[in-house]
Amino acid sequence: MKIKFCFPLSFVGIAIALTLFASPLTGRAATTILNVSYDPTREFYREFNAAFAKHWKAIGNGDVVIRQSHGGSGSQARAVIDGLQADVVTLALAADIDAIATHAQLLPTNWQSRLPNNSAPYVSTLAIIVRKGNPKNITSWSDLARPGVEVITPNPKTSGVARWNYLALWGFALQQELGPDCAAKLHDPAAAAEVAIAQQKARDFVARVFKNVPILDRGARAATNTFVQRHIGDVLINWENEALLSKNDLDAAGIEIIIPTVNILAEPVVALVDRHVDRKNIRPVAQAYLEFLYSDVGQHLAAKHYFRPTNSAIAAKYAARFPAVNMFTVTDYFESWEKVNQIHFNDGGEFDKMYTP
Amino acid sequence: MKSRTVKQQHVIPGFGLTLGFTLTYAGLLILLPLAGFFHLTAQNTWQGFISKAILNPRVIAAYRLSFTSAAVAAAINTIFGGLLAWVFVRYRFPGRRLGDALVDLPFALPTAVSGIALTTLYAPKGWLGQWLVPLGVRVAYAPLGIILALTLIGLPFVVRTVQPALLDLEGELEEAAASLGASRGQTFFRVILPAITPALISGFTLAFARAVGEFGSVYFIAGNMPMRTEIAPLLILIKLEQYDYPGAAAIGTIMLLVSFLLLLTINFLQTWSSKRRTN
Repeated sequence: MKIKFCFPLSFVGIAIALTLFASPLTGRAATTILNVSYDPTREFYREFNAAFAKHWKAIGNGDVVIRQSHGGSGSQARAVIDGLQADVVTLALAADIDAIATHAQLLPTNWQSRLPNNSAPYVSTLAIIVRKGNPKNITSWSDLARPGVEVITPNPKTSGVARWNYLALWGFALQQELGPDCAAKLHDPAAAAEVAIAQQKARDFVARVFKNVPILDRGARAATNTFVQRHIGDVLINWENEALLSKNDLDAAGIEIIIPTVNILAEPVVALVDRHVDRKNIRPVAQAYLEFLYSDVGQHLAAKHYFRPTNSAIAAKYAARFPAVNMFTVTDYFESWEKVNQIHFNDGGEFDKMYTP
Repeated sequence: MKSRTVKQQHVIPGFGLTLGFTLTYAGLLILLPLAGFFHLTAQNTWQGFISKAILNPRVIAAYRLSFTSAAVAAAINTIFGGLLAWVFVRYRFPGRRLGDALVDLPFALPTAVSGIALTTLYAPKGWLGQWLVPLGVRVAYAPLGIILALTLIGLPFVVRTVQPALLDLEGELEEAAASLGASRGQTFFRVILPAITPALISGFTLAFARAVGEFGSVYFIAGNMPMRTEIAPLLILIKLEQYDYPGAAAIGTIMLLVSFLLLLTINFLQTWSSKRRTN
């Protein structure tokens, strides 16, 4: 009896399930793109994705839905290596996309030359964040090495921004020693002796700053919490875009922002994940999505969310928003990310040496 | 003939079926991931394995921190968890049931939440921290904080293993000891304690094993400074962030081996102590 009663019901259930599952297949199929990104781009991509979907439809294509995933840049890269089906990756540093290329071969290793400006549609730099009134009187990177100044930065081994922080400190020290033609001297064999002394000074300087670091958080957001919520430390080093974005909140929390005038050019990069877009047959739309980042609309939106536009005409319009800064790049001072990781961040590298006796 | 007698011993039939199911289940759930893990470890060269997971001062400091703080936390839990179990079993007082239920909270609480809660309390500007830090007692961002977090998450394991043992212990036993002239101390140390020692040891083991693998709560309160407050699971994470999967697996293997040896020793101790009791 019971079985007879249940039998027709189960058919109804199966029918409902089938219609639910089949509807995306039979209905107007919208293309989906998965953009795997890092933490501080959340607000920017929310607005950019809507703009792109509108643009893509306006130029005579179908619907496109962009799904977002955010997290620490390194963890996101690892998720993609482990099988997260990213169609485009928009991460904090080139080294993370390099890792996807070398460890999972999902895209060619020359990916960075496929889009303008080394695949960095927008750039940023670093900010020093201090307590209101700047009680420790901090004006530049050199103040962070003073005894008695507590510095909050995440662990460079686990955090993208922390690697930029570390390199900014190191590069600043190099420039102090070698002067304005620092980049040229670093590549000049004749200046080798001078460079060796400068590198030693930079090593000491960075080590002194890290002596002032009481806690090594895992990522940028955790470090911000330590500084803002737990009131630990006199100085926090973080992305300029993140600091400017939360300027009002920071103001309310009794915090001030300083953009050091000698600074590193942080290039968050974007790339197509070839293997995934080809399998799903969505290369044109994914490519258009990344190119749209370089369009006027994309550049304006980036600036709106406090990333520095790379289009100089648009950057000029937002000059008031971004203080003028003398920036050096990773390639200027450190050759390449591969070299950086080898020398500084890999096991037994310069960073580890600062902590092991 | 022999097999028939074996079969007849079982009241409920289905030995073959249940054993088969158990093996498949254990294989899929435990052995398969473990095999994958050892496969990753095997990608290390011997030299790489030794330099990454054994002869590295930073890794050794992390092992030492992980295992000692887990042992200290489990020991604290054995004493105070045992006491708590005693109070809940032996006395009736208002709020007993509520207190008893609260003990389970660390089971259910996401460990990150307990870590954040403890950090909020004990950070230098926190409710308790602002009074403790001037006295020179650093809890958050110090090894003490790690022990505190591990004690919190391990507590229910001891309480829940000791409670049934205490319930089994009849009050008459103590009365008999007293009527035979035993002092209170003698009754406790020679009658009650031996009876609940096996349960206390299991509780210790569970709390210890849980604490060795704990990451979520410790990560927030530790401060994660290399050589000082960096636990071994964090080092595994750091290796992963550097895409060094074999290196991460190597540290995991050492932790697994040490834990296994420790747990095996504790198990021997337990059988030894319960044997001694029955003799």
